[in-house]
Formats: sequence, C-alpha cells, structure tokens
Amino acid sequence: MLEVAVSKRLGSFALDVRFALPSAGVVALFGPSGCGKSTVINLIAGLLGADAGRIVLDGSVLLDSQAAIAVAAERRRIGYVFQDSRLFPHLSVAANLHYALARAVGPHFVSLEEVVRLLDLEALMPRRTRQLSGGERQRVAIGRALLSQPRLLLLDEPLASLDRQRREEVLPYLESLRDRLAIPMVYVSHRFEEILRLATHIVLMSAGSVTAQGSMAQISLDRRLRALIGPDAVGAIIDGQIVGPETASGLTRVRVGGGELKIPGAAPPPGTALRLQLLARDVIVSTQPPRDLSVRNSLAGRVTSVCDEDANSDLIMIDIGGAEIMAQVTKAATRELALRAGLPVWALIKSVSLRSRVFPRPALT
Amino acid sequence: MPWLSPGESEALGLSLSVAARSLGFSLAPAILFAFILTRRRFWGRTLLDAMVHLPLVLPPVAIGYVLLVLFGTRGPMGAWLERCCGIELIFTRNGAALATAVMTFPLMVRAIRISLENVDRGLEEAARTLGAGAFDRFVTISLPLMLPGVLAGSITAFSAALGEFGAVITFVSNIPGETRTLPLALYSALQEPGGEYAAARLAILSLALGLGGLLLSEWFARRIRLLVGR
Repeated sequence: MLEVAVSKRLGSFALDVRFALPSAGVVALFGPSGCGKSTVINLIAGLLGADAGRIVLDGSVLLDSQAAIAVAAERRRIGYVFQDSRLFPHLSVAANLHYALARAVGPHFVSLEEVVRLLDLEALMPRRTRQLSGGERQRVAIGRALLSQPRLLLLDEPLASLDRQRREEVLPYLESLRDRLAIPMVYVSHRFEEILRLATHIVLMSAGSVTAQGSMAQISLDRRLRALIGPDAVGAIIDGQIVGPETASGLTRVRVGGGELKIPGAAPPPGTALRLQLLARDVIVSTQPPRDLSVRNSLAGRVTSVCDEDANSDLIMIDIGGAEIMAQVTKAATRELALRAGLPVWALIKSVSLRSRVFPRPALT
Repeated sequence: MPWLSPGESEALGLSLSVAARSLGFSLAPAILFAFILTRRRFWGRTLLDAMVHLPLVLPPVAIGYVLLVLFGTRGPMGAWLERCCGIELIFTRNGAALATAVMTFPLMVRAIRISLENVDRGLEEAARTLGAGAFDRFVTISLPLMLPGVLAGSITAFSAALGEFGAVITFVSNIPGETRTLPLALYSALQEPGGEYAAARLAILSLALGLGGLLLSEWFARRIRLLVGR
C-alpha cells in the first residue's frame, strides 16, 4: 500500500495531494502539464521536502512531519527513472549499472543478468552513454534504477522526450517489468495511450490536487477523466478473459461482464486476461434485441444513468453484468428511445473498433 | 640546463618548487570552497565569497604584510606553528609557497566553480536515488565531472604562482637559494648596475614558462573533457 498525503508550496503554486492505492501494479499519475505530477513523485522520492504530510510505503514511514520523520532520499530505496535519463556521462553503460548494484541494500529481487536480458542491454554494455539513442538511454536508466533493488519504481514521463517510434520501442520493456518482475511503479505521464497500456490504477490530478483515484475501470467512466482526454478517447475500460478462437470467423471470443465479445486477431491461450477499451462513440444503443445487422457484438444490459455530455449528446452508462460501459448518443436519440436509468438495452459494438491489450491477471489485482 | 647560468637555474628550480608547494597547499581547500560556494546556501555565503576573492583586488604587498603579522615569529599563528610542529614560515620557501597559495587561491576557486556550475545537479540527484550519500556522490559524481576545471585551475594557478612577487618579497624577503624565485631574481638583476642583459634573459624565461603553462592547461582541459564525456 502506498499512502501519500502531503502539501507543498512552491512560489505561487500550492500542492495538496492525498491518495492511497495498492502498491502492487502500476499507479499512473495523470493530468495536464503543470498540475504537479512531477512534484508529487519528487516528494515520494525525497528529492523535495514536503511542507507537511505523511508518506507510507508498505508500512514503512518515509515521511511524517508530525513525528519529525523524513527519511533521506538515498535511504528510501525508491528507484527513479527521470525524463532526461540522467546517465552518468563519465561512466560506461556497464559502470552505470554497477553503480546502482554496488549501492543496493535490502533483498535483491533482480540480478544484473536478468536486467540485461529483460532490457536487451548486452550490446550496449561497453558503450559510453553519449553514444546511445534516446530509447537506449531510457532502457539503461530503467535498468540502473531496477538494480538499486527499489521497493517502488518512480517513472517521470520516461517516454516524453522520445518520438513515437522510440516510444513504441520502450513501452514493451515497461510492460514486461510490470508483468515479469511485478515491481510496483508510479508512472507519470500526460499521454493517455501510455497509461492505458501500463496502468492498473490511476490518480487524476489538476492544479495541485487529486481529483479522482481508483482502478482503470472505475476511472474510465469518470467525468473528470473525460474532460482531460477529449471526446475521441472517451470509453469504458473493461477487463475480459479469452474464451477461445471462433473458427468460422477467425475472430477471438472474449468474456466481458455477463456477455461475450468477438475481437479481431489471433487468440492468446484461453483464460488469458485482457483489457479492452470500448470507445463511447463506437457503441450503439438499441432498445430491442438486434436482428439482421452486420454488427458482430451485442451485449445485453441495463441503463444505469444518462449523463449530459455536451450540447448535442448524452453519455449512456450501461451495466452489462459485472462491468459498466459507456455509449455516446445524440440527445434526440435519448428522447426518441426514452433512455433512462433501469431500461433494458442492447449495446452494439463493431468488433473492429475494439482496442484491446493483453493484460496478465497478477497485475490486475 | 647548460644554457642557464647557476643563478638562473637556481631561481627557476626554486620557482617551480614554490609553485608546486603552493598548489599542494591550496588544491584541496580550493575544491572544498568551490563546492561549498556553488552547492550550499548559508548565511554569510556572500561574505565568504568576497573573502576568497580579496587577493585579486588587494595590493599583494598588503597580503604579504597580513601574513607577516599572522605568521611572523611573534605572530599568533607563526608562534603556534613553531611551538607545536617546529614549522618556520618566515624567510623560507614554505613561506613563499604559502604567500603564493593565498594569492592564487581565487584563480583556482573560480576555475573549479565554473566547471562545477556546469555539472548537472540532476546527476547528483540520480545518484541519491541510487543510494549514494553526500560524500559518496561528491567523490564518484561531482569530483570526476569537475575534473576539467580542477585541472585548468591548477595549471593556471601554477603558472601564476611562478610569477608571484609582491606578497612573497614582503613576507619572506629576497634570499638567494631560499626565496629568490624568478621574479625576485629579475627584480634583483634590475637593481644592479649593468644587469639589463641578465634581466632580459630572466624575463624571456618567465615568458616561456607562462606561455607553456597556459597552452598545457588548454590541452589538458580538452583531453579531460573528452575523457569525462562532456
């Protein structure tokens, strides 16, 4: 468990955040630039002193201003991956990694060999750091942070200074840290796609305070997240499980809530956990069971609420049995279909519009 | 060296010895002061900064006089040094080295500070998150990265030390074979009738030494910068 409740004043900017989330998995700090995300992780790392507050990681108190406890950054055993990598320029890649390993205290959960294998660093080891590309630098920085054997890994926009292609190059490595090492991470980003791929929990921040916190599924329906990511990215995030391939269509069957969806692509083994994002604008609402339609997916459910989204459209929240999804419809449609809480409906989703990610079960707990 | 007269080689050797000792005295304190002045914020920092730079603006004779008052046989420091460790500074080459060290101290501190200001503090923070304490960070990160400045500062200070005159002659006088360094020998030659030729030779020798030192400093700085990857 990571409990943070701190306040800090920096010039005219006042930060006052509190959140408590499981320290397993990846907690994303998400919000617009300048909302204080980096300040929060600098406070957790101890690089910045808080004016007042308390930070507790898995029962060990890192900061408690009332008890006058403030563990020094170098003794917190918290790893930090900086946006600008901060590799030591006078040391080789191998020496940068050894620097961390030589100073690691506490139980070692990952060896040099494992880190080198996991992050593909073998070929880079003898190089000087300035000979590395941006993506390579970040991989080395991640490896170095891991070798200090931290209890928690903080990542401050680690992909922000990379172009799209390089980001795609580094992201799979971050996914494998989460899935194979199961190291708890706090991930700061202003790019929702990254968070969608990596995070298990999310903390929304705005102007120095926390506006919402919870699991990805919970927060995906939250009005405050919608305001941050823009209408095109709005959509429910739901967890599913592979049932198996549907031989006739070449699609893959996935169980979500009380129903089943078919998604394109080769099927991972049955039982594999999966995260799906159903964009609200791709979901069609019907008050009758669908017939004679080309749409491959329909989920029976019940309207839980109708939210005013903008001047022309409403968001319809639909409970599909253990999970909730969202559909964006015009206000005219809301009126004509008389959509209201409690009404039984069918949500229709074109299978090709499903964005899905394989997301192993341990990370979801 | 066959092309130098015995007096000239004596003055040259003495100059080099005094400059080397002076560097030995001032190197560690200069690194410490540069680090404190750049990295720490404390009350009286501006005053300390001004004190370090005083030798740049005071007449060297005044510095020599202050040293004489403090380190003379009856001065508070001088008497104590003699009693506890038998060290005599006045009229000795160690005294000349001390006077030179005080005079060249600001040059060293400035060069080291400039290079330290260019060391990204973020690297020290990164080292912190990896578990490195303050001394560890200083030795493994800050010091290697400010090495170009330390080296450039040392060579500049060494070159300047070869030419220090006012403070030396005031503090330790002009004794052949003990404190008569190149500039003092040059001055003495000028005082003697018909000493122009000897003075000119010593002047050229000083010029060659100074120029060599400055060129060497540039070359070293470039090499080291390559080595530490900056």
